[in-house]
Amino acid sequence: MSTRTLVSPLTLSRPRGKAAYWTVFTGVVLLFALAFLFPVYWMVTGAMKSPDEAARTPPSLVPQKWHLSGYTDAWDLMQLPAHLWNTVVQATGAWLLQLVFCTAAAYALSRLKPVFGKLVLGGILATLMVPAQALVVPKYLTVADLPLIHTSLLNDPLGIWLPAVANAFNLYLLKRFFDQIPRDVLEAAEIDGAGRLRTLWSIVLPMSRPVLGVVSIFALVAVWQDFLWPLMVFSDTDKQPISVALVQLSQNIQLTVLIAAMVIASIPMVAMFLVFQRHIIAGISAGSTKG
Amino acid sequence: MTKTAARRPVEAIAVRPVPAPPPGGGLGRRRLADQAHAYAFLLGGLLCFALFSWYPAIRAVVIAFQKYTPGSPPEWVGTANFTRVLHDPEFTAAWRNTLTFTLLALLIGFAVPFVMALVLNELRHAKAFFRVVVYLPVMIPPVVSALLWKWFYDPGAGLANEALRFLHLPTSNWSNGADTALVSLVIVATWANMGGTVLIYLAALQGIPGELYEAAELDGANILQRIRHVTIPQTRFIVLMLMLLQIIATMQVFTEPFVITGGGPENATVTVLYLIYKYAFLYNDFGGACALSVMLLVLLGAFSAVYLRLTRSAEEDS
Repeated sequence: MSTRTLVSPLTLSRPRGKAAYWTVFTGVVLLFALAFLFPVYWMVTGAMKSPDEAARTPPSLVPQKWHLSGYTDAWDLMQLPAHLWNTVVQATGAWLLQLVFCTAAAYALSRLKPVFGKLVLGGILATLMVPAQALVVPKYLTVADLPLIHTSLLNDPLGIWLPAVANAFNLYLLKRFFDQIPRDVLEAAEIDGAGRLRTLWSIVLPMSRPVLGVVSIFALVAVWQDFLWPLMVFSDTDKQPISVALVQLSQNIQLTVLIAAMVIASIPMVAMFLVFQRHIIAGISAGSTKG
Repeated sequence: MTKTAARRPVEAIAVRPVPAPPPGGGLGRRRLADQAHAYAFLLGGLLCFALFSWYPAIRAVVIAFQKYTPGSPPEWVGTANFTRVLHDPEFTAAWRNTLTFTLLALLIGFAVPFVMALVLNELRHAKAFFRVVVYLPVMIPPVVSALLWKWFYDPGAGLANEALRFLHLPTSNWSNGADTALVSLVIVATWANMGGTVLIYLAALQGIPGELYEAAELDGANILQRIRHVTIPQTRFIVLMLMLLQIIATMQVFTEPFVITGGGPENATVTVLYLIYKYAFLYNDFGGACALSVMLLVLLGAFSAVYLRLTRSAEEDS
């Protein structure tokens, strides 16, 4: 790792440099704690205050008495288990379908040389130019009344799953990765008598673990964090994911209960991030500087 | 081991007679089977793209020229949707707010992460910790960060004014004041999204060769001059890319105004996407919603085209 940055190591090793460095370092630690960790602390503890204490000015930094009732009330009153389960179902389905259909399509485009393959790829890449949210209304109309078969996917997880497959970015990522697999490897598999599905399953996919991980994380996070699309698809309160339910219920619920629900809603993604943070951060840093 | 393995194909050929290629048409049939296979793999993805990307894009343009109510046959109305939308007083407000939001997000959401990355890159300790902490808000669902800041901005129990009082500064109406609401939303968006930007800048800064700084220092350049003549030129491309991405993303802002202000006060935070939502789901006017969508599409499509062209040429260079 090259150490030379804006400030030279020599300057830093001088007494004045050292003093300046540690001042800046402490400042940054304090700033980061205040800006990014404190709000999280405030949420987690805010939910444990009594409703009176939460509404008091000036607010107390530490709850006078720790209550868990905020969390238990949120769990029961706001039907969090049901909404969390809805979110899990929507995210998992979108992730699985995306993996299956996008890898298959990317493999075909990369390796099987379909006629019009270039045209199809062009059409897929063109959708990158279309900002997703700007198309949300015609997409809603399509989902509400599918052409030819005239079924509605509203209030159905399929309304989240199938549109999620049309993810040009992930598909392109996979195709680029498949393009780099050496031809010899695939030809060897073919000589050994492996069919196309077998080659994809036993050769290509095991080699593609890194890119599959990245695509999986992108897919899961995207569905878990989305708000506008599930707000349109699920008018049926019982089927809403947690993001939509939180907003709908936020109006007439006690503050501490709402905050507890916010904390619970954040736990899955934050936990996933803390577990996979190395890969996620490396993915963000690497993917961007190359492009 | 290696001997038998090497010999096996020869044996196979010797034992099994090689079938003569069928006269004529054989290759063609083979190719057809290949194509069938290729399209079998492509089918699911292709159908989803056709249904949920290509078809809606065409449909947006078609419906923009129709009177469209679900359930009844559409009616061609020419440019009536566009003129109606254009004469809506909210139209001007929505575009003005969206553009102001984007501009403010560029100023705040751009300078802050850049300075942060610059400082973080100089630190020699706890780098992993900073990277995790700065990215933490990105992982909190946007709805939760919006509700969290709504609570901070609350005139009664909110922390924002408490902090100002602590610093002996005048308090503010934050998201409840017509003149401060939009800035308040930009702060939320910046807080929630800056992690990704910081990480990308950090990676870019780490890619700058140290010799450049060394040479500049030998030439007597101080820190600010080094930033100006080395750091900024070296990261210019990434900055430009992120700027385009951010313009595209912030012009589609919806969650923050919807959750925190509901478009108010006095339409101060109605954005274009919010207006599209209102036309569709409040006014049941899908023609108007699609007319607005097409306008947003054309504008953002132009930015995306520039962005894609730049990435493409950067890839070819490397």
